[in-house]
Amino acid sequence: MDNIIKVLIAKPGLDGHDRGAKVIARGLKEAGMEVVYTGLRQTPEQIVRSAIQEDVDVIGLSILSGAHSYLFPEIMNRLKKADRSDVVVIAGGIIPEDDHKKLKELGIKAIFQPGTPISKIVDFIENEVQK
Amino acid sequence: MVDNIDQLYADIQRGNENTIAKAISMVEDGTKDAVKLMKKVYRNIEPAYLVGISGPPGSGKSTITQSIVQLWRKENIKVAIIAIDPTSHFSGGALLGDRIRMDKISTDQGVFIRSMATRGSLGGLNSSIYDTVLIFSLAGFEYIIIETVGVGQNEIDIVKLADTTIFVTVPEAGDEIQAYKAGLMEVGDIFVVNKADRPKSKQMVLTIEQLVSFREDKNIWMPPVLATNALKEEGITDIKKRINDHHIYLQENDLLQKNRREVIRAQMINLMEKKLNEKYISPILKDQKFFKHIELICKKKEDPYSVVNELLLL
Ligand SMILES: Nc1nc2c(ncn2[C@@H]2O[C@H](COP(=O)(O)OP(=O)(O)OP(=O)(O)O)[C@@H](O)[C@H]2O)c(=O)[nH]1
Ligand SMILES: [Mg+2]
Repeated sequence: MDNIIKVLIAKPGLDGHDRGAKVIARGLKEAGMEVVYTGLRQTPEQIVRSAIQEDVDVIGLSILSGAHSYLFPEIMNRLKKADRSDVVVIAGGIIPEDDHKKLKELGIKAIFQPGTPISKIVDFIENEVQK
Repeated sequence: MVDNIDQLYADIQRGNENTIAKAISMVEDGTKDAVKLMKKVYRNIEPAYLVGISGPPGSGKSTITQSIVQLWRKENIKVAIIAIDPTSHFSGGALLGDRIRMDKISTDQGVFIRSMATRGSLGGLNSSIYDTVLIFSLAGFEYIIIETVGVGQNEIDIVKLADTTIFVTVPEAGDEIQAYKAGLMEVGDIFVVNKADRPKSKQMVLTIEQLVSFREDKNIWMPPVLATNALKEEGITDIKKRINDHHIYLQENDLLQKNRREVIRAQMINLMEKKLNEKYISPILKDQKFFKHIELICKKKEDPYSVVNELLLL
């Protein structure tokens, strides 16, 4: 019986850079995970529907545009409405320290700063999903 | 984990997305509940019309899939997509990136997209792919598209499940086409030369037309070779029409049922291989004895033929 961790890497917001997201996606794949990558400029609706259809264990949100303060709550709300609050949501990119507390209160499990070693993200995911 | 298989079955039939998605995961993971569910599904469900789309990396399969689906959606036809990418032999992980080009249909309520990794470790086709087709059929999808990348044996096995197989290539893929022509000729029902905005596309159409004309069964379905520009959605209506033509052709010649018997046959072989692996081969591979035998064979004290018979109690 397989039990492979499945992750959705999504880029909400309007910025057009996804190098960071792609590096993470590749790193998680190399750690043995199945990684769905959805591309740029995903709306919360698209992200949550993809997560449901793909039945992922984890959503990784990559954001640079600073729009997290309104995009993330909407994503978390939609997950709740879909009865999928069990999905582990983590975030990465440029997110000011001051906002971290608020995001964690929303249910975002971890926020990784740029430059975080991929092994640390892998460990975190493996730990969370096993719970 | 699931307390009521009938409830699960009914929820899938109602089209509940969470349930459909969970059921596919169960099948992928090979749980006991998945087996219970599939027993019921096989006894009740006729598969939806299945279209396979394959071809070299980056040839435009996902872009074309999206455009065909948009046409079907205009007629209110519900469509499911199974987008398959290879599992890495090194890590066991996979990068599933087909959704990037299916952006325009990703929130359409009549479309369900599921990305899947090939998984199946010991060769042979992963039986959960066809089980997923049946789950989507139970959920009321009328067309199902399976996208696979590449032109190797594994992809050919996957597209053989399909009622209609579309093979997508690009004007520059000449060498690749030559290398794989045997396999291609066997399975393609519709050939598409995409990126026809680029030079040499007419030549490529001619090359494939020539290859196809060598088919043994040329008195029957003659696969059309179509040029498309998926970015501009040019030529897509033609693909849709040819799928329909091929569907009618299969029906009129009683080939639809024949194809589906072949699929069940392949699925049976897959399941038997899987069972044999699980029950007999996997335990041996984990046993210390197995490594000792390998050592002894390397030292010329034993030979593989005798050891295999001994291990399998033959
Ligand atoms: N010029 C041109 N580019 C195209 C055309 N169709 C698709 N593309 C581009 O080709 C690239 C690959 O398209 P996809 O649809 O992802 O191709 P694919 O075959 O699904 O790719 P994989 O699933 O990765 O094998 C994208 O950048 C598309 O925008 C076309 O007709 N002309
Ligand atoms: Mg693709």
